[in-house]
Amino acid sequence: MTQASDTQATRRRWLLLSPALLILLFAASGPLLIVVLYSFLTPGDYGGVVWKFSTDAWFNVVVERDFFDDTLSFSDAHLSIFWRSVKLSLMTTLVAFIVGFPTAYFIATRPKDKRDIWMLLIMIPFWTNLLIRTFAVMEIIRNEGVVNSLLIGLGIIDQPIQMLFTEFAITLGMFYVYLPLMVLPIYAAMERFDFSLVEAAYDLYASRWRVLRRVIFPIVKPGVIAGSILVFVPSLGAYVTPRVLGGGKQLMLGNLIELQFGQGRNWPLGAALSITLLAIVMVALIVYVRAAGREEMSHG
Amino acid sequence: MIEISGLSKTFGLGANAFTALDDINVEIRQNEFFTLLGPSGCGKTTLLRSIAGFVDPTSGSLTIEGQDVLPLPPYARPVNTVFQNYALFPHMTVAQNIGFGLEMQDRPKAEIKQVVGEMLELVQMAPMADRMTSQISGGQQQRVALARALAPRPKVLLLDEPLSALDFKLRKEMQIELKRLQSETGITFVFVTHDQEEALTMSDRIAVMSSGRILQIGGPKDIYDHPAERFVADFIGDTNFLEATLQSVAGEVATVTLPSGKTVAARAVQGGGQSGAVTLAVRPEHAVLTKESGLLDGVLENIVYFGTDTHYHITLDGGSAFVVRKQNQPNTGEGFEVGDKVGVSFEAGVGQVLRD
Ligand SMILES: Nc1ncnc2c1ncn2[C@@H]1O[C@H](COP(=O)(O)OP(=O)(O)OP(=O)(O)O)[C@@H](O)[C@H]1O
Ligand SMILES: [Mg+2]
Repeated sequence: MTQASDTQATRRRWLLLSPALLILLFAASGPLLIVVLYSFLTPGDYGGVVWKFSTDAWFNVVVERDFFDDTLSFSDAHLSIFWRSVKLSLMTTLVAFIVGFPTAYFIATRPKDKRDIWMLLIMIPFWTNLLIRTFAVMEIIRNEGVVNSLLIGLGIIDQPIQMLFTEFAITLGMFYVYLPLMVLPIYAAMERFDFSLVEAAYDLYASRWRVLRRVIFPIVKPGVIAGSILVFVPSLGAYVTPRVLGGGKQLMLGNLIELQFGQGRNWPLGAALSITLLAIVMVALIVYVRAAGREEMSHG
Repeated sequence: MIEISGLSKTFGLGANAFTALDDINVEIRQNEFFTLLGPSGCGKTTLLRSIAGFVDPTSGSLTIEGQDVLPLPPYARPVNTVFQNYALFPHMTVAQNIGFGLEMQDRPKAEIKQVVGEMLELVQMAPMADRMTSQISGGQQQRVALARALAPRPKVLLLDEPLSALDFKLRKEMQIELKRLQSETGITFVFVTHDQEEALTMSDRIAVMSSGRILQIGGPKDIYDHPAERFVADFIGDTNFLEATLQSVAGEVATVTLPSGKTVAARAVQGGGQSGAVTLAVRPEHAVLTKESGLLDGVLENIVYFGTDTHYHITLDGGSAFVVRKQNQPNTGEGFEVGDKVGVSFEAGVGQVLRD
């Protein structure tokens, strides 16, 4: 090939790549860079930023300066919000897996013509507005809601159980909202799963439980990993659900960030918290994928 | 060893009901290579899956070494299966696949390792022990499937058309291999195929099936030489059918009159009870062609050369067709030409009267 056509081919390749590059530049890297930049600026009095370099925002992510005597201490408020975000997201992922895996299994083992209907039933809530779904959960668990009225009506309890505005409420809400994201990839993996392998395992003296653990699970594991990530990541940054069901008392990272850009009028801190959230997600993903991969190696 | 009696299986209900197995009675003996032979859809797989425990028969009984196994789930039956599509575990290596059954039986690690080693040797897969199953060829997968099913030393090995995916040469090799494994391990093999040649070369006994029923059970030679029914005669090998009249039956010997008016001795149907018009089956290679008039007379219509033998297509005087097969010899001009008037003869006892 000649030099000229070589460079021409290269140019063509770049041209074909350009849509992807544009998206990366303007939709991903660009905003991210702006957020990083803001996190190193000084907050403006009425929101926004003043163009003056400062590391205060990063400092404030984990440390608090006492109002009166200027002493430094760990920011308990922030740390407990980090911890709650991680904890509730893990809980949500776990519960979504426990419910989603059998659901996907159930659907994948229906006759072919029935599967789409089942999947549709799973997906319909997902197409409903997030706020409406969240308020629906609220309606069910609030003190005068369906569950409490029913229990009181049946005489099982005489005081309503406080479920709303608790961590339980947030977890329940997020589980409900993100469940389809767990079911979908597991179902996709299960649909490709060759169920004659189950027969082969039964035939080779494996009990039901062992068939599940040794044959079905390892093979659909990529689906489980994908589903867990799809549930965990948005849970960690969830904003609406903890806001509505946590009632402003049980903040999560998403709410904390919103607070800084809103009432807190501390955009740099909000930016620094956003980057922190991103970092937590990345670290969690790396740890998770590594662990999943290692199990693969040892188990085969 | 395995006793099956009155076994039936009906799939579906009401108008959709379909009887896949219809009153199956068979006894499979210890250390036997037993073959289920029949056309596609006749119920071979269903019968095999009933033995393995994946199909719940509608009625009948099934015992293995005197034990009623019908209430047992597949994992509690002393039976292993080599599946039609192999069904190897894709997330495990060759060795892990072979060891799976033993592992599920909670055998000690050392024992598993040893047995897996032996099995790898047995099926000549030792150099590929650590490959994933997607990284080996079809024939190798087949051998791994075999080793996996043999490793736990089942009392019975069920094989559902294990060779159907292999090419001709490999197939021949594996047929010999399977026979060797069966005699070396002393395990009872129940083998499913729709290939009559495979059935004839490998089996100790064959059950010929059609539409959910077993038509005939017997050794390969028995089935080939003395098919009991037209279906069996037709399905296994090539056969000439002659309309004949039964004159008399004395034990196994039936005397029949051929369309030509000549009379010959043939084998009677077991159980007898026939009279008048019957069908007589004669294998093409059991008949001889002569220039003189024979038991039957006709005109030579066509000569087809097959290398090892030659087929002579004859139209008999009554108008029906007849084929004679003759093994080719070196340097002998056969002397027959299309259009010749020829005679066809066969020895007494060669023809088989068929059940109607
Ligand atoms: N689960 C089922 N539901 C309804 N009908 C079935 C079912 N399984 C098998 N059949 C029917 O039973 C009959 C026998 O099937 P089977 O699989 O035993 O045939 P086979 O002899 O193994 O054929 P092949 O040589 O094609 O594998 C077929 O007509 C099939 O359609
Ligand atoms: Mg079959």
